[in-house]
Amino acid sequence: MPLTVKDLMKMEGAYLPGSAACPGCGLSLSFRIASRVLGKNTVYVVPACCFSVVQSPMPLTSIKAPLLNIAFAAAAAAASGIKRAYETLNKDINVVVWAGDGGTADIGLQALSGAAERNENIIYVCYDNEAYMNTGIQRSGATPRGAWTRTTLKGKEEPKKNVPMIVAAHKAPYVATASVGYPFDLIRKFEKALSIKGFRYIHLLSPCPPGWGIDSSTTVEIAKLATDTYFFPLYEVENGKLRITVKPPKRRPLKDYLSVQGRFRHLSDEEIERMEKEAINWWNHLLEMEKMESIL
Amino acid sequence: MKGTWELINANEAAAHAARLARVKVIPIYPITPQTMIVEVIEEFIVKGMMNAEYMRVESEHSAMAAAIGASSAGVRTFTATASQGLLYMHEVLHWAAGSRLPIGMAVVNRAVGPPWNIHADHQDAISQRDTGWMEFFVSSSQEALDSILIMYKVAENSKVLLPFMVCMDAFILSHTHMPVNIPDQEDVDSFLPEYRPPHWSLDPDNPVDMGNLTMPEEEYMEMRWSIERGMKNAREVFRETSDEFYRIFGRRYGMVHSYKVEDAEHIIVTSGTLASEAEVAVDNMRRNGRKVGLLKISLFRPFPQEETRTILSKARTLTVIDRSYSFGYGGPLAMEIRSVLYDLDERPKLVSYVAGLGGRDVTYKDIEKMVLHSEKEKGKRMVTYWYGLKERIRSSGFEEVI
Repeated sequence: MPLTVKDLMKMEGAYLPGSAACPGCGLSLSFRIASRVLGKNTVYVVPACCFSVVQSPMPLTSIKAPLLNIAFAAAAAAASGIKRAYETLNKDINVVVWAGDGGTADIGLQALSGAAERNENIIYVCYDNEAYMNTGIQRSGATPRGAWTRTTLKGKEEPKKNVPMIVAAHKAPYVATASVGYPFDLIRKFEKALSIKGFRYIHLLSPCPPGWGIDSSTTVEIAKLATDTYFFPLYEVENGKLRITVKPPKRRPLKDYLSVQGRFRHLSDEEIERMEKEAINWWNHLLEMEKMESIL
Repeated sequence: MKGTWELINANEAAAHAARLARVKVIPIYPITPQTMIVEVIEEFIVKGMMNAEYMRVESEHSAMAAAIGASSAGVRTFTATASQGLLYMHEVLHWAAGSRLPIGMAVVNRAVGPPWNIHADHQDAISQRDTGWMEFFVSSSQEALDSILIMYKVAENSKVLLPFMVCMDAFILSHTHMPVNIPDQEDVDSFLPEYRPPHWSLDPDNPVDMGNLTMPEEEYMEMRWSIERGMKNAREVFRETSDEFYRIFGRRYGMVHSYKVEDAEHIIVTSGTLASEAEVAVDNMRRNGRKVGLLKISLFRPFPQEETRTILSKARTLTVIDRSYSFGYGGPLAMEIRSVLYDLDERPKLVSYVAGLGGRDVTYKDIEKMVLHSEKEKGKRMVTYWYGLKERIRSSGFEEVI
């Protein structure tokens, strides 16, 4: 039986009221939902990212779960060490990394790759707000082309690094993209991740109102638009088999997504057209890959 | 004496120590000249002589991060590295100590680049001086094995709870075979019981949030102070633990090791294998009627201030020999010794030398030359003499080059 909102409301999560998150934070929303699915038998590992602050300053915490904060580049390795230790103690505890896109796509990529290649029995979640938001909006490898940040004042020139596909290329047993715009798809993916052994990776689109220049009441709506415009497709790769999990009945023009965000306000129609072509191209790639027995 | 005798090098001795300590998680990354340690451990595991999770991680940074994770989950953890690997760990070394995790590590002391150099040099470990790790320098394979066992017990003591590195010179120790007594497992088990974290661990039944952000007026400075308390306590805990080790195994180790210092007018101060060589120099010079002694600094952090001061205060002249350098100042060991002696009303003359960098050979004859040089030196000069540089530099008239 798939989970319903009612079920979800009854479940205990690890996110307590009183966090230091900004209003409308995609990280808050996704962690609140995911921690309910992951359950009480879970420890979290968090590298430097917004979540380091969102936990609230010591001696307070808004996280009701064991949580290890760790140096920026080290999350995947620390989580691997925790899981291996539990194995020696015969303890079956979920070990989950909850990292930002900087700690995943950039400085933490080596440790992520190492853990994926070793097929460590952990879940790695990248909540992707598409820039270094905790340090005040600087571009990361996961920042999309065209986006304004404080270190790309004219818009980022390079495309977004495709981390889920990089992880999939390690032949990790489970790789998925997810979004706070599609919470039930997100829930299903965490449920599935829990049912699989080995390295599991979930790349979670997590809008950032101050960083994206959006109203804090529009987080979910904008995340939904990211998928409906093919800008952030939702799919999963299970043992090499790719499946698009959310197929919008009708693609929305990319302009609908970009024009409502301050970070894309400077883009010309030509630039938007180029980005739209890229998005459609990737979507078509995904459709092609979906037909394959295995993409790897 | 119990145990079994084997002809092994310090790398193998360190691997035996990890086995005997029943370490549970070992994240490894190869680097010369340490690699043999982790290869021997793999062999122990494959042969069924050891039961541990062996993690072949992709960097030293990740090796230490994985060790932090494993220790946070509440098990005894070991790794080994050298040189660049230790430098690459630097950030997470701080994290390990700040999280108060009693992780054990063997460091095979090797020069740092550039240029590439795989030979003996203490720069790697000395550069980690302020990370909150205890650092114990050894000068034999036996000492390498024994001190890892002792330091685990010190590190895991609830009054200490700090990580440690046992430092041994590249090749001179890591690849030189010596007879080593391998203790019996049952004796080690009674000396070093299973690690049970007395402070915190990652446990869903008792959730702890470790290391989240703190503000200037909250707990940060208190936590730094508590690391220093741990270091302070470690000296006393080391004494007790070393006594206990002696009672079981019959071998005694101090924070310092002194040799013929009782009547010594001149004391050589150094660490690692230079100290073994210095013992030869002491014997040789004593045969010629010179009252020379040796003080080996084994525990570099926490620094054995009292022991050092007590022994050195009676001497007239000190020759301090460093195998590393603090650029813009001088020999790191000499800096510590000067500082230890400052409060004395009458201080011995201290002459500082740096020698043997990058594995350059330092024989007892070289040490004797340094002793004779310091006899003639006027003293009270803040200079560290560079010993053993090439002739073209020696003949160029630099005051600090001898």
